[in-house]
Amino acid sequence: MYRYDTYDQTLVDERVVQFRDQMERHLSGRLGEEEFRPLRLQNGLYIQKHAPMLRIAIPYGMLSGPQLRRLGEITRRYDRGYAHFTTRQNLQLNWPKLEDVPQILGDLAEVQMHAIQTSGNCIRNTTSDQFAGIAADEVEDPRPWCELIRQWSTLHPEFAFLPRKFKIAVSGASADRAAIQVHDIGLRLWHDDQGELRVKVLAGGGLGRTPMIAETVREDLPWRHLLTYLEACVRVYNQFGRRDNKFKARIKILVKALGIEEFRRRVDAEWVHLKDGPQTLTQAAVDAARTHFVEPERRTVSDDAIAAFEKLRADNRAFSRFVTNNVTEHKVPGYKAVTLSLKRREHAPGDVTADQLDAIANLAERYSFGEVRVTHEQNLVLSDVPVDEVEALWGELEALGMANPTVGTLNDIICCPGGDYCGLANAVSIPIAQAIQERFEDLDFLYDIGPLDLNISGCMNACGHHHVGHIGILGVDKKGEEYYQVSLGGSSTDDTSLGKILGPSFFREDVPEVIDKVLQVYVAQRHEDERFLDTYRRIGHKPFKERVYA
Amino acid sequence: MPDAQLQHTQTLIKMGQPEQDEWALSRIDDALPTRRPVIVPLSLWQANADDQALAPWLSSDTELSDELAGQLASAPLVAIDFPAFTDGRGYTLARLLRERYRFEGEIRAIGDVLVDQLFYMTRCGFDALALRDDQHLEDALRALGAFSVSYQPAVDVREALFERRLREGNGHA
Repeated sequence: MYRYDTYDQTLVDERVVQFRDQMERHLSGRLGEEEFRPLRLQNGLYIQKHAPMLRIAIPYGMLSGPQLRRLGEITRRYDRGYAHFTTRQNLQLNWPKLEDVPQILGDLAEVQMHAIQTSGNCIRNTTSDQFAGIAADEVEDPRPWCELIRQWSTLHPEFAFLPRKFKIAVSGASADRAAIQVHDIGLRLWHDDQGELRVKVLAGGGLGRTPMIAETVREDLPWRHLLTYLEACVRVYNQFGRRDNKFKARIKILVKALGIEEFRRRVDAEWVHLKDGPQTLTQAAVDAARTHFVEPERRTVSDDAIAAFEKLRADNRAFSRFVTNNVTEHKVPGYKAVTLSLKRREHAPGDVTADQLDAIANLAERYSFGEVRVTHEQNLVLSDVPVDEVEALWGELEALGMANPTVGTLNDIICCPGGDYCGLANAVSIPIAQAIQERFEDLDFLYDIGPLDLNISGCMNACGHHHVGHIGILGVDKKGEEYYQVSLGGSSTDDTSLGKILGPSFFREDVPEVIDKVLQVYVAQRHEDERFLDTYRRIGHKPFKERVYA
Repeated sequence: MPDAQLQHTQTLIKMGQPEQDEWALSRIDDALPTRRPVIVPLSLWQANADDQALAPWLSSDTELSDELAGQLASAPLVAIDFPAFTDGRGYTLARLLRERYRFEGEIRAIGDVLVDQLFYMTRCGFDALALRDDQHLEDALRALGAFSVSYQPAVDVREALFERRLREGNGHA
C-alpha cells in the first residue's frame, strides 16, 4: 500500500500543527464557531448530538496492521473502546473530546493517517473497489490512480470552499464495486483497442435529498489528462454550482440544470487551458505511484492444497456456507479474498471494538501480507489468503464474531449511525437494522432469499445509501414521531437504479413485518434462481404494494 | 455622499508583509467617491477607466471573459470580493487572472478575508490580503507559512509534487 515519503509526512505533520493552532484560537475565543466550523469539518470533526464525532480518512479503504493497532489505541485512550466503519470506507469515533482532537490527529500522523477533508464542502476521500488489485475482472488497478487523485485533491488551494461536498469514486474492473454512478464524479478505467488506458468520466450522480444517476461527460479520456480534466470539472462546479440553497448545491443539480451537453462544453472550454499543463501525468509519475501497489510475494499453493480446500468445502456444511458467502475468487489460483463480517445483532453494522482492531491487525499480518481493506458495505477484507489457510482463518474469525456467513444477504445491512449518534438524523437506524437481523437470522432462509442489499438511512442525507438498496429504508420525522419509508428496486452496481417508494411510511415496530411481506411476494413470484431485484424489475411495484398495504 | 461610506483596511498584508494601505474601498455602485486612490465596483471603474487612481473590485460571481480580462490588464490593482468566507469562487477568479490572463499587477482579497484562508489565497495568486477587521495580524503571518509543501502546482509553485519527486530521484519514495 502507499507509504509516505518525507513530503507526505511533512504535510500531515504541518496539518496537525495548523489544527492545534486553530483549536487553541477557537477555545480562547479568537476564532468563533461559525469561522471554526469549516476548519474543523475539513479535519473530520463534527459537533454531534451527544459528543463530537471524528471521521478519520482511510484513503480508498486501505489499512495496515500498525494503523489498525493505532486506531485501537486511539479508541481506548480518547473514546469508549469502539469505532464505526462508514459507507465511504472511513472510520468514525463517536465520543472524542473536542480538545483531544489535535492530539488524536498527531497520533494518526505517526502512522501516516489523517482526517483531512473527511467532511466539509471540499473534495472528500476518494473511494474504490475493495477487491482492487486482486479481482479477476480487473483491467487496471485503481489504487495508484486513487492515490494520484488523493494527492491532487489534498489541500487543493482552489477547491477548499466548494458549493458543497464532492465525492470521487474509481473502478478499474469490468464489474463496478465502487458505486461510481452515484458519485459526484465516477471514474472507470478501461483499455482501448490499442491497449491504451482510458478513463470514462461520469458526473452528477449522488444520493441525498435528490438522488440522481451520473451522466457521461467523457467516454475515453487519455490517462495522462486525468488530473487536468478533473480540475476543469471541479472548476466549472466551483464557479457555477448553486450557492444560494445548500439543498441544491451539489454538482448533480448543476449538471441537471445545464444539461450534460452544456456541462461538457463548459468543462472542455476550461480544459483547453489546463490540458498539457504542469499537472499532466507522465508515465514515470504513474509508474512511481504503481510501485506502492506491487503484487505481494505470494507463495505457490499446490494443486493438492486446492483440492483439499474444495473437499473440505464439500464435506463441511458450516465451512461451505462461510466460503460461499464470505470468500471471493482471486485472480491468482490458490488465493482467496476473505470478507470479515462486521454485521451481527450485538453491534451496530460497521462497528468494531478496540480488541477486534488489534486482532484484525494480527490476522492481517499472519494471513494476508499485513493489509486490510474497508468495504463500502461496512465490512473488512483480507485480500490475499492462501486456500490452505482459509479454514484456520475461519476458526479465528468465528472466535472474534466476524465469521457471520451472511455477506451479501439480507443480514448484511448497510446502515448509518442514525439518531443514536448523528445530529442530522430524523430517526434511529441501528435498532431497525438489529430488529431485521433478529427476525431474519435463520441461515437457510437467508440463503433461500439470496443476494439482497438492504440499506438503512436515518435521514434523507442518505449516508446509509437507502436509494440504492434492493430494499431501502429511510427514517422520517412526522411531527416529532419516527416513521420509516420503504423503497424497492435500487441498485449501486452496473445496473444502477434508484429505489421507488412503496407507499406511506410505517411505525418502527412494523418494519420487520413489512420486510417479511415484501419477501413473501418475492418467494411466491420468483422464477428459479432469480434475484429479488430481478423479480422486482420483472413484476413491478404493484404486487408488493398490494401485499404490504392489504 | 459615497465618501462617508468608504471602507479602510486596518490590516493589509502585501507579499507576506504588513503594510499601510493607501487605497480606500467603496461598495457603492452608482456614485464615484472623491477620495483617491479608491477601489470601486467594476462597472464604475469601467466607466472611468482612464483614472489611474481608481481600481476595480470584482464580485465573486463575475464571469471572467477574454474581453473583461483585457480591460483589467490596465488596472493598477484588481480586488476580488469574498462576500462570505465560504464562497470559494474568488480563488478560481484569481487563478484565472494570473494563470490564464497573465495579470501581473496586485490581486487583492477583500471582504470576508480570514486568517485560515490566507495560505490558499496566496497559492491562487493573491498577493495583497485585506483582512477582515477582527482578524489578528500575528495569527495571519503564522498562517501564511502553515505548509512548506504542496501536492498541486498553482500560482506559487509551477511544478506538481509528483514531478518534483522524479526530478529529485525520489519518485519511488
